[in-house]
Amino acid sequence: MRIHFHKTLGDLKERLLVMAGLAEQAVQRSIEAYNTRDLSLCDLVFQSEPAINRFQREIDQMALDLLAREQPMAVDLRFILAVLRINADLERVGDQAVNIAARARDISTQNNVDLPVDIPKLAKLASAMVRKSLQSFIEEDAAMANTVLTMDDEVDAMNRAAFTAITVLLQEHSELAPQALSTLIIARNLERVGDHATNIAEDVIFWVEGADVRHGGDAINSSQSMD
Amino acid sequence: MGVGIEVADLNAWYGSTHTLKDITLNIPANAATALIGPSGCGKSTFVRCLNRMHETNPTARATGTVKVGDKDIYRDSSPVEIRRRIGMVFQRPNPFPTMSIYDNVASGLKLNGFRNRKMLDETVERSLKQAALWEEVKDDLKKKSGASLSGGQQQRLCIARALAVDPEVLLMDEPASALDPVSTSKIEDLIFYLKNEYTIVIVTHNMQQAARVAENTGFFLTGNLVEFTSTNLIFTKPKDKRTEDYITGRFG
Repeated sequence: MRIHFHKTLGDLKERLLVMAGLAEQAVQRSIEAYNTRDLSLCDLVFQSEPAINRFQREIDQMALDLLAREQPMAVDLRFILAVLRINADLERVGDQAVNIAARARDISTQNNVDLPVDIPKLAKLASAMVRKSLQSFIEEDAAMANTVLTMDDEVDAMNRAAFTAITVLLQEHSELAPQALSTLIIARNLERVGDHATNIAEDVIFWVEGADVRHGGDAINSSQSMD
Repeated sequence: MGVGIEVADLNAWYGSTHTLKDITLNIPANAATALIGPSGCGKSTFVRCLNRMHETNPTARATGTVKVGDKDIYRDSSPVEIRRRIGMVFQRPNPFPTMSIYDNVASGLKLNGFRNRKMLDETVERSLKQAALWEEVKDDLKKKSGASLSGGQQQRLCIARALAVDPEVLLMDEPASALDPVSTSKIEDLIFYLKNEYTIVIVTHNMQQAARVAENTGFFLTGNLVEFTSTNLIFTKPKDKRTEDYITGRFG
């Protein structure tokens, strides 16, 4: 039994989940900042970014050390590869939160107007995707991860609808451009958060089942050499 | 050129101990096939059945068929003939200690009655070159004994000795486990080169070595062949839970 190795894999998983918590919290705070125009929340999001970045580097290093020293195989190898990818996605989720917070700060200086984009609903959906993808990682549940993939379609559709609605709005009310464009960018940021959650879910499926379901393509398997 | 090996329903015993159970697999020609598994799993017994070395133990017996190329080695070949077609390299290098380097390599041919000096010279040079040892020993062929070489050189000498009789298959039972990393790399490089001309079957405890050198890998456990598939698949996505437990160190 490789007791130490498997304990270290557990440590790596735990570390990634701490980072995931920070990234998830940053998204929630950035949306809260948009909804409430609370600039102190924006500051909290900005402050969390260096911590998330530091976690990303630490986790990459832990994974690199494990690859070098333990030469993992099979499910352990897939796990470490998944962790490396999820790590990058979580860092990008943190970046999206920063982008949203920056837009929320801009909007807070502008007049409050009613716009035809339901950011709270989009944010709820994107956040739910992140939470579910992480839950599937915790529970090693490929079926749960699979449900995240279908949720992404709805987020994409809402983002496209936001673009159309804002385009129509600006044709008549160009004076609303600052708020409208900031809101559109936030919709886009949330759509990207959904994409990262999708990536995480795909990595969970890869880890648990060994199946590469990215880009909706057929599985690409290791080369066969039996003949 | 190498030939494929078809094994069907192979069973082997030492006394009353059933060490191989209904093994069926096809080993492709001109590729390296690795056999892995814990000690006592039957992998070494399996390779010894491929060149009828298993039967040299008085309590041993085997049933089933082993076809090397198109010949059933238990029915259509003598042990002497099959061991010429199938060379073997062992864990510990075993050169003939008192023989010169030259005589070590030429020994198989001489045993088979070859006496032509020019042909012997050519074969010794070719075999030592194939075993990547020629440059290191060419000036001492008849001056130095096999035992005077380093462990890694001795193992390459044993490979040259096996190649000299122009086999079709090379069986390697833990060929690098007694060697340092540099010598191990040389043996592994050699496997890559040699599989163009020979069929190679390598038994190894070192899973990374199997992963590095072999196209296909078989996992043995308690005399059963649990899984036999491409090396890429077995080390990334093995089908059988027992294989996964073994290669990820969750075994035992």
